[in-house]
Amino acid sequence: MHSFIDSSRPPAYCPGCSHEVVTRALDKAFLQMGLHQNQVVIVSDIGCSGLFDIFFKTHAFHGLHGRALTYATGIKLARPDLHVVVTMGDGGLGIGGAHLLSTCRRNIDITLLILNNFNYGMTGGQFSATTPPDALVGSGFLNQIEKPMDACRVMRAAGASYVTRISAYQSDLSAEMEQAIRFNGFSAMDIWGICPGRYARRNKTTFKTIQAAIESLPPFHGPVPENFREEYGEHYRQKASMQKPLPAPMEVAKKFPALFNDRKEILILGSAGQRIVTAGEILSYAGLTAGLHATQKNDYPITVLRGHSACEVILSPDKIDYAGITAPDVILALGQEGIDRKKALFSNCREDTFVLVDSTAEIPDCRGTILSIDFKGKKIKRQDMAMAALSLLAQQQRLINPDMLEAALSIRFKGSTLDRVLALVRHFAIVENNG
Amino acid sequence: MSLTLLEGNEAVAWGAHRAGCNFFAGYPITPATTILNTMMKILPPKGGICIQGEDEIASMGFCLGASMAGMKVMTATSGPGISLYSENISFAIGSEIPIVIIDVQRLGPSTGSATKGADGDIQFLRWGSSGGLPVIVLAPMDVSDCYLLTVHAFNLAETFRCPVFIASNKEIGMTRESLELDAVALPPMVQRTAAPDNAPYLPFATTGISGVPDFMPVGGETIARQTSSTHGPDGYITVDPEVIAKNQARLRKKLEDSLDTFTFYDEHMEADAEVLVITYGISARSVMAAAKKCSISGTPVSVLTLKTLWPVPEALIKKKASGYKRVLVVEMNLGQYIHEIRRILSNHSVGFLGQMDGNLITPSQIEEFITNA
Repeated sequence: MHSFIDSSRPPAYCPGCSHEVVTRALDKAFLQMGLHQNQVVIVSDIGCSGLFDIFFKTHAFHGLHGRALTYATGIKLARPDLHVVVTMGDGGLGIGGAHLLSTCRRNIDITLLILNNFNYGMTGGQFSATTPPDALVGSGFLNQIEKPMDACRVMRAAGASYVTRISAYQSDLSAEMEQAIRFNGFSAMDIWGICPGRYARRNKTTFKTIQAAIESLPPFHGPVPENFREEYGEHYRQKASMQKPLPAPMEVAKKFPALFNDRKEILILGSAGQRIVTAGEILSYAGLTAGLHATQKNDYPITVLRGHSACEVILSPDKIDYAGITAPDVILALGQEGIDRKKALFSNCREDTFVLVDSTAEIPDCRGTILSIDFKGKKIKRQDMAMAALSLLAQQQRLINPDMLEAALSIRFKGSTLDRVLALVRHFAIVENNG
Repeated sequence: MSLTLLEGNEAVAWGAHRAGCNFFAGYPITPATTILNTMMKILPPKGGICIQGEDEIASMGFCLGASMAGMKVMTATSGPGISLYSENISFAIGSEIPIVIIDVQRLGPSTGSATKGADGDIQFLRWGSSGGLPVIVLAPMDVSDCYLLTVHAFNLAETFRCPVFIASNKEIGMTRESLELDAVALPPMVQRTAAPDNAPYLPFATTGISGVPDFMPVGGETIARQTSSTHGPDGYITVDPEVIAKNQARLRKKLEDSLDTFTFYDEHMEADAEVLVITYGISARSVMAAAKKCSISGTPVSVLTLKTLWPVPEALIKKKASGYKRVLVVEMNLGQYIHEIRRILSNHSVGFLGQMDGNLITPSQIEEFITNA
């Protein structure tokens, strides 16, 4: 093959544009590497750098402004064998800043070519993230009051393991590109060039001024040893291969006859750290062992171990339609914060509602049977109260029985944790029988 | 009978697994986060990829790149994330990139309430992209639907090469619920149609006025092009008005002409009912509870629960509403899909019950509305 450039669509940039020089150099780099056109994907951004994919006979992906690195990452993860080259201008650099930083941090094997010509050429020469403050641009004085960013220093700080700053007119540009593409990890080239149509007309820019400006800055020439580490995709696949498969969702067969034949609504109210949600899950599983349908909704704040925790469980022999609580059949009132959170629902209690309340908590006036339990006096720890309350329900054959409860615990827990909770519910039952 | 206890979000993840999803990217957001968490456990051990983007835009970008490289991709978010997805959604529509997008809706606008449910994104999902071309939106009402409709969503994304949304809701996604997994009748898995090897590949060439282009992956043997620019069949920019108009019309028609193959719904039809309630999503369950009560108290009510919301199944709605004196729409917002129903049933009296306070609409509210309105 003589060229990766599509002879039916030859590069068409403004006369004197450095993008054409870069296009030729990239073609040469691919040829030097002995690649086939279907081994390369050019992912281009918006703006003049977004024209690159059109001129090459390689695979092409032309997406949204600033997002080229994200598409390239998806493509490279899907097809690790491909050479993925991203072309982006200083516009894409600015608008896609978050993606630039994250791509540097990930170290995925993509090559980024930043076609840095210090302005937005396509929209009329507005200032970009790299425009010098003394330049005359299409954005009035705005560039005078912002500091341009040094893409190379930013990328090194973000963890890029290969960064080169180079003039588009440097004679070995294609060799430098080849090295960057061959590097196994994220490689970036900040290629400075001339935008004759928009920028150079008002700001003197020549090969020499570009070379002098680059030389006045800290050099960046390829590998950044301080950031060397494994390539992201390889590392990902290695870690992934060590993960255990997630077991399929557990199916619970009906083992026991249900203790009721209508819908039951249960509220478990407490504070964070009281394992309220776990108790709701156990109650739901206990229902499943009796062939009952279950829904469980939890309500807790963003804080861990602080604030309310409220759990709504519905058990029913039929499929559950409305999954909200209207008139609770059972309330386990185990902590003040949860009680306060759901206090409105206490007024919906019926005569046959059963309310189990921790003796240190206060509940609103309500109908129903109220049983106050001194959990502390029975040496039940705060985090075990909900489980003890379920044990009490089971002992009283209310909603569930001890067989269902123990079957549910065996579903939810294993090993020493299971032994501990089984001992807890059995011990609490004995305490109740003796008390 | 065996029952499984799953959150709606977990059911979405398992549905994706059954549909052959092998790439997921997302950014954590309540109430959608547990989809990301579950996909993180499902995919890597089986050779798939699950990654957390630096933001929602990156997550969508990863998905679109991976999809065009041939993977079956999904992402999940809530309203604030859909806003950030918007530009990439337009890209996926216009450039025919298969992707399944889960919107576990929360109460908006904006940041709104992370742990309160709503169906406030229903028009947004349809119209929240530039260009105004149609998308597919499916609405689950329970955990079984989350499982089933996610499989359908993948099949539709593959068949029509377009974004397919699941309009879930905090009240479904984060509610743990029993379901009989084996009883869910899953459709066979569909793969996008590969282009024939023996002809030159034009990435957007189609047959007919509502065809879907055959697929060749970016990175395959044959050179493939993808572009967000207005393009002709060859995937290069075009300015030819005829080519442009034909393509725009096709992007509409490829979905609308096949709508009857994916018009999903439930119906509960009572003889002698004078009222038909049309609803969708979590509210359908309150409507069903209310309909049962109404039936017992001697006012039979029929219910049509739409599971395909977009494109609007107009033929179905017209057919099912015929003969009813009154039609009521119940939805968990201040009135969005009602506009479609009123447009379609212009000869009917169409009443509306909606609510947007973070609470479910209760069966008794609906019962009262049916009885008194």
